[in-house]
Amino acid sequence: MSLRAYVITRILMTIPMILILLTLVFLVMRVLPGNPVIAIVGMKASPEYIKKLEHQLGLDKPLWQQYLDYLGNLLRGDLGRSMIWGKRPVIQEIMDHFPATLELTIGGFLVSVLLGLATGMLAGIRSGGKVDASMRIYSIVVYSLFIPLLGMMLQLVFGVWLHMLPVGGRIDPGMEPPSITGLYVLDSIISLKMNSLLNSLAHLALPSLTLGLVLSGIYTRLVRSSLMEVLGQDFIRACKARGLPGRAILFKHALKNALIPILTMMGLQFALLLAGAVLTETTFSWPGMGTFLVERITYRDFTTIQGAIVFYALFVALVSLIVDLVYAYVDPRIRY
Amino acid sequence: MRTFNLSRFLSSVRDAGLDGYMMVVGLIIVLAVLVMAVFAEFIAPYDPVKTVGMPVTPPSPEFPWGTDTIGRDVFSRVVYGSRTIMVVILMSTALSMAVGIPLGLISGYVGGPLDRVFSLVMDSIYAFPGLILAIAVAAMLGPGIYNTSISLAVVYIPTYFRMVRGQVLSLREQLFVEAARALGATDWRILRKYIFPNVFFIIAVVFSLNVADAILTEAGLSFLGLSVPAPTPDWGFDLKNGQRYFLSGKWWPVVFPGTMIILLALGFGLLGEGLNRMLGQKEVR
Repeated sequence: MSLRAYVITRILMTIPMILILLTLVFLVMRVLPGNPVIAIVGMKASPEYIKKLEHQLGLDKPLWQQYLDYLGNLLRGDLGRSMIWGKRPVIQEIMDHFPATLELTIGGFLVSVLLGLATGMLAGIRSGGKVDASMRIYSIVVYSLFIPLLGMMLQLVFGVWLHMLPVGGRIDPGMEPPSITGLYVLDSIISLKMNSLLNSLAHLALPSLTLGLVLSGIYTRLVRSSLMEVLGQDFIRACKARGLPGRAILFKHALKNALIPILTMMGLQFALLLAGAVLTETTFSWPGMGTFLVERITYRDFTTIQGAIVFYALFVALVSLIVDLVYAYVDPRIRY
Repeated sequence: MRTFNLSRFLSSVRDAGLDGYMMVVGLIIVLAVLVMAVFAEFIAPYDPVKTVGMPVTPPSPEFPWGTDTIGRDVFSRVVYGSRTIMVVILMSTALSMAVGIPLGLISGYVGGPLDRVFSLVMDSIYAFPGLILAIAVAAMLGPGIYNTSISLAVVYIPTYFRMVRGQVLSLREQLFVEAARALGATDWRILRKYIFPNVFFIIAVVFSLNVADAILTEAGLSFLGLSVPAPTPDWGFDLKNGQRYFLSGKWWPVVFPGTMIILLALGFGLLGEGLNRMLGQKEVR
């Protein structure tokens, strides 16, 4: 199959996945026992008011019609309006918070890949030895670290005891770079604001370390097993026979091939990053999607909760599509 | 059926080296917490929901792990908290298994369009960030032990489904299944007598690894205030309560419940890892 044919098939395959996820969100939000309107206004509200609100949200229509309305609105990019305060469009509220989450996710991703590569290579080069065993334990232990506790420990050590890094927030007030992409680090670089760059990086450090450390163990395992498999192949033996130094074999030949299978896992990894980001954000008062979602749950802002979950679903589908396409580009064997 | 033989078990643990030790350490942690949960009344010195001292008193002989933000005994809350998390985890896992395993068996065995539809649905749920799905369900159902269990169960159904289905797909083609079919066994009998027993050990491994994950998700939900309602002792929620005092040096309301979350997740993680390798080795031999 040509790359183009593969890209088209893969994009078409994303449609049912998105549809299933959207249906799942609908089922969770509308069909589960428990009336969202009563959840919003509380038990004490008058029946008339509940009726009015149900009508306003379209919850008095038959379920199939609600479902069609829901999909129709989504197709037009309409996630509804928030039910509290300014009643802003939900999509705008999400766009205010999404860049913060994206920035944290990228930070966490980089930390986890770097740590995972280092530990995985240590384990994979001499498999079966003491280093290998300790790396295996490392991977199990870090995965069990509870993000809020780890984050608070890091805050205590680096923020309170050593006074090295800020313990919360995205940037100090007044330091924000002009908004271009919404990612502070990137915006500071584009607008050449050195102070903003350093400030936002300092704020990003601990949350990224927290998120990255917890997820690094998965890469440790992946890199280890993948590297071991590649190191056992004939072309590596051929390299050795030609007298190439071990370092060159490892970095130039083995690692490149070992990284390919790791790419496939990145889609699922990304879901873990997003889930972990919710806890990281709440621990570090990071103003992203996670804190936003949890805050709106306490205010029972039904439309915003639904919108945020839908957004997550679409985002996950998009990322898994991109990962698969990159994989197909890097490794032509996958386009069967 | 082989009977359990302790000395043989111990020698097989020693033979398995690191995996054996990991499994034993994991088992000890899990059993210790289980004992804590079952005998909470006898272990905890105080009522976990009653104010028994001054708020945030440091650890002392009177309160070995100190008191929390409203003067409740941290140790007693941690002990009773083990009950909360164990009950939620066991109920949710039972529910995930009750849905995921039969669906996986049927989907893998029947195959065809039914299998494709089931797999697509399960894979889509699997791809969704677990904690966020649990948050959505929990937010709609409201707090409570049963509701939290349901929220977690939804997240882990695909894990059991995928694993069982994968196993069934490979077992279905094997000779002993074909032989059974040639002898005229019905599909139901083949599933029950030939396929299910072979999936069983894998389920034990997946259970263990999956529970490690579920503990962290439950603690996460509870940290976000979406698990059991307020006075019930729950590790994640207690940790959240202590958070605002933590950076001023009052570490005990946070560190004790937090460490328990990590320990319990680690215990199940080690147990699953060890089991996985040990059972895996047996298959190869």
